[in-house]
Formats: sequence, C-alpha cells, structure tokens
Amino acid sequence: MKILLVLVAALGMVSNIFTQKPESTNSVGSGLVVAMDTLKRDTQTGLIEDENLYMVKAQCTSCHSSKLILQNRFTRDGWKQKIRWMQANHNLWNLGDTEKQVLDYLEKYYAPTAAVARRAPLKDIKWYKLEQK
Amino acid sequence: MNSVHNRRNFLKTGSLTALVAALGSDIVFADHLPKGYIPVLLEEGDALKGKSPEMIVQGDKPWNVESPVHLLDDRITPVDKMFIRNNGLVPEKIDVSNWTLTIDGESAKAPKTYTLADLKKRFKTYTYQLVLECGGNGRSGFQPQTSGNQWGQGAVHCASWTGVRLKDILADVGIKDDAVYIGYHSKDIHLSRDPKKESISRGVPISKAMENETLLAWQVNGQDIPEFHGYPLRLVIGGWPASVSGKWLSGISVRNKVHDGAKMDGHSYRIPRNPVAPGEEVPQTDQYFKIIESMPVKSLITYPKSGAMITAETELALRGHAWAGDRSVKKVEVSIDFGATWKDCKLELPVNRLAWQHWNTRLKFPVKGYYEVWVRATDNNGVAQPMVSPAWNPGGYLNNACERIAVKVG
Repeated sequence: MKILLVLVAALGMVSNIFTQKPESTNSVGSGLVVAMDTLKRDTQTGLIEDENLYMVKAQCTSCHSSKLILQNRFTRDGWKQKIRWMQANHNLWNLGDTEKQVLDYLEKYYAPTAAVARRAPLKDIKWYKLEQK
Repeated sequence: MNSVHNRRNFLKTGSLTALVAALGSDIVFADHLPKGYIPVLLEEGDALKGKSPEMIVQGDKPWNVESPVHLLDDRITPVDKMFIRNNGLVPEKIDVSNWTLTIDGESAKAPKTYTLADLKKRFKTYTYQLVLECGGNGRSGFQPQTSGNQWGQGAVHCASWTGVRLKDILADVGIKDDAVYIGYHSKDIHLSRDPKKESISRGVPISKAMENETLLAWQVNGQDIPEFHGYPLRLVIGGWPASVSGKWLSGISVRNKVHDGAKMDGHSYRIPRNPVAPGEEVPQTDQYFKIIESMPVKSLITYPKSGAMITAETELALRGHAWAGDRSVKKVEVSIDFGATWKDCKLELPVNRLAWQHWNTRLKFPVKGYYEVWVRATDNNGVAQPMVSPAWNPGGYLNNACERIAVKVG
C-alpha cells in the first residue's frame, strides 16, 4: 500500500512536470518574442494586427506616426503616462472607455523586453570586400 | 485649418463607423467625414526628397531621419546626408518676401521686427562650420530603453552655415542688463494643429547667444536652407543639443529668466542633477533635472563602413571626425583589442571653433580573423569617451560611448 502511494505521488510529480513545462516556456517574454515573428502586421502602420488595432489607429496614429509606437517599449503604466503627457501637452482628448482597449493592445505587443546593459556584440554585420582607394 | 480637431471631436462619438472612417478609408466613407478633413497622407511633403536613399527613417510624422555613420564621411556634411529631427510639421505656406523676425521679451529694450532682406542687407554676414547633434543621438544604446526616437549615432552633422550674428542683431535692438536667456519661436505647426501651441521653443543662456558663432542663418553649404531644415531662416548654435537651433525662425524673446517655452521642461533635453540608477523614476521638476548645455566629447569612424573584409597583407586606412561640444578635441585613438591598447591617430585642428575635427590613421592586423576597431576621443579638459554606455537618464540623452566597426582580415 505504501509503495503504491509513493508510486502515485511520483507519477503525480512527473505528470505535473509534463503539464507545466509547456506553460512555463510560453510565459513571460520569450513566448511573445517568438510569437512576434509570426504575428501579422498591418500594412498601413506596421503595427501588429489585433482586434484592438482599429482603436489604436483611430486614437494614436491619426495624429502621429506609428513609428513612435513601433520604436518604443513601455509597461502598461509607462504607456498610460505617455497618454497623460499627450493629453497635457498635445490636446489628446479623454479616451474614456476606449483607453482600456488601447492600453491592452500596447501592453500586449509593445512591453519592455530584456537585453544586455553593457555593449552587445555587433549584429547584422553586412560583410563586403573593401577596395581601398 | 482645424481639421484634426474636427476629426478628434468626430472620434469622441466612438461609433464604429466614425472610427473606421477616420482610419484613412476616406474615400469609401467620404460622406461620413467631417468638413475640412485632410487625409493624413496629404498633410506634409516628403522629407526624403533629395536625400540619400540610405537614410534611416525613424519617423515620418513628425519627420525624423538619420544618417548611417558611413554617410557622414564628407568633411562638410552635404544636405542629402544631413539628419532631420522635427518636432512639428513644416509650415504650410512660406512667403519669403514677407518673412519677418521679431525680437521681443522682458529684457529687450523695445520689440523690433526685421524682414529677411533687412537682415541680409544691414548686417555683416559670416560663415561657420558648426556641429549640430541631436541631444538624443545614440539613445538606442541605453538599457532600459528610454522614450523618443531610437537614434543610432547618425543624428549629427557639420555643415557650413551662412548668416548674421545674433549678437549684432541683439545690439541693434538693445537689451537690458537683466537678460539671462533667449528663447526662439518658429513657424512650424504643432502635431495637434492647435495654432496656440508651439511644437518646440527652446533657447540658450545669453552668454551662449552672444558667441560669435551663434548665427541667424539663411544658407547652408552655400544654398538656401532646404524646407525640412528650416527654410528660410534658422537659428544655428553649434556644440549644444541641436534642438536649440530653431528652424523656420520667426522670433527670439530675450528673457529675464530661463526660457520656459515648449520642451524646456519635464525630461525634455534635461538630465538628472544627480546620477540615477538605470530605469529609476525621477520627479520631472527643476529640483531633480537640469538643462543639457554643451554636448560631450564624441568621435565616429566614417570610413570604412562597418563590415569591411580585407586581405591579410593589407594596411587599413581609417578616418572620421571628432567633436566635443563647446570644447575642442585634443586626442583621438583607435583600438583593435577591445580597448586593451590604444593607438594615437592624426588629428586636424577645427576649421573654426565648434566645427568637428578630422582624424585618420592606418592599421595593420597581427593575424587573420574578426576584429572590432574602436575609436575614442579625448577633449581639451582630458575628458574621454566611455567604452560602455554612460550614465542612464530618463530622456536617453548624451550617449557618447565609443563607436566601433567590424573588420574581417584574411
């Protein structure tokens, strides 16, 4: 009986490992980075397609380039601060209930990603044969 | 006129039809559009016209365009390789014959207005080569990422500017003893199209304004200043963040206090008074932030372009420029061993104060393989560029970390 219990417990642990593994690899950051490559981009703005994109386009890119979004990565609070700043300085109106949609979208696709803080290796080097003059 | 406001009012209704219409499907939904609506794409001209096809577009509304470093190889930067950093939209109508410049402010004895022709005829003309570098040049090197255009190191140029000295104009107007600062006013259009708002209105202390090299310029490299660089009149102040060099110049206020125009506050062109940890939140008040003045020492390798492959026997010729804000550069060195050892380069004197200095050298590589050539400049106060990123700050300004190129030998 005791042996059986141990066996059941062990099986439980193993099955836990199996069921948790895919979840943990899909969580924070890395999963989204992989997903970014396969997500569809809106041809007009270059922003990632999503059911909330129409609202982002209406509220944000009618006034400024979508590149201001594409270039930046902020937390939800960071994006909210940008909206407040535009409301204070750039006549952006109160987004009302639609603010949630906009922030949901920005947080989902344009959140900070981890990177090295010193000097990263040079990347995307386009090698060419140098003919010196 | 008020098209964006109308569009915004329109958007406030929040109806799906209204929103879809505002997305640019302006033909399909034409009957839903408010009167005076201007489709986004027709609002401003193309800043890339006449520019090198290699320029990097950081943004197109407003226009922000960067030069790849190897394009900056010329001793005097040609217009087609000059970066653009705009805060608003280019003025819609520029009437040169009626263009005026008004000097006013608390510390001007009386306001005075000049036509462009007045400036050209009545005052002595000067030409200087001046380094204009965006305060945020190099921003993309900061971690965590800071807000704004993610510039590489190409938001800098040194062109030849022709105009009159601001100090001659201020002497003609007459300024009071309590003058401490000047602030410029420009004819560009705020992104919100609110005519009451200025896109940017910055300035410098009166001492910087009175320097010989501070010009009200109408020519760059012997030609009229192009539209996207401030036609027909630009304030040009070398060595400081280029945002003090106001384009489409229509006014200068002589102030009895630090100028308080648009983008003089918050973390705009300001850095923390005391060093902060990367990512730290800093209250955006005068107590915690100070205005950026002189830009720091910096250098670029403009030849060869990164990625050069050479044969093992070849000696590699390298060149570039170095500058140091209000200071001069006294030494430029290169390293092929990640900064373990440095080799002195030939360094020219600046053609005039606040112009960049040209450097060159030749290098031999000990064995075949992958190399990085690093460059480091030291200013006349003995201050050198750091190899790692310098102090993180919320606006991502003043990244003068050493630049480098990749070279493969053999």
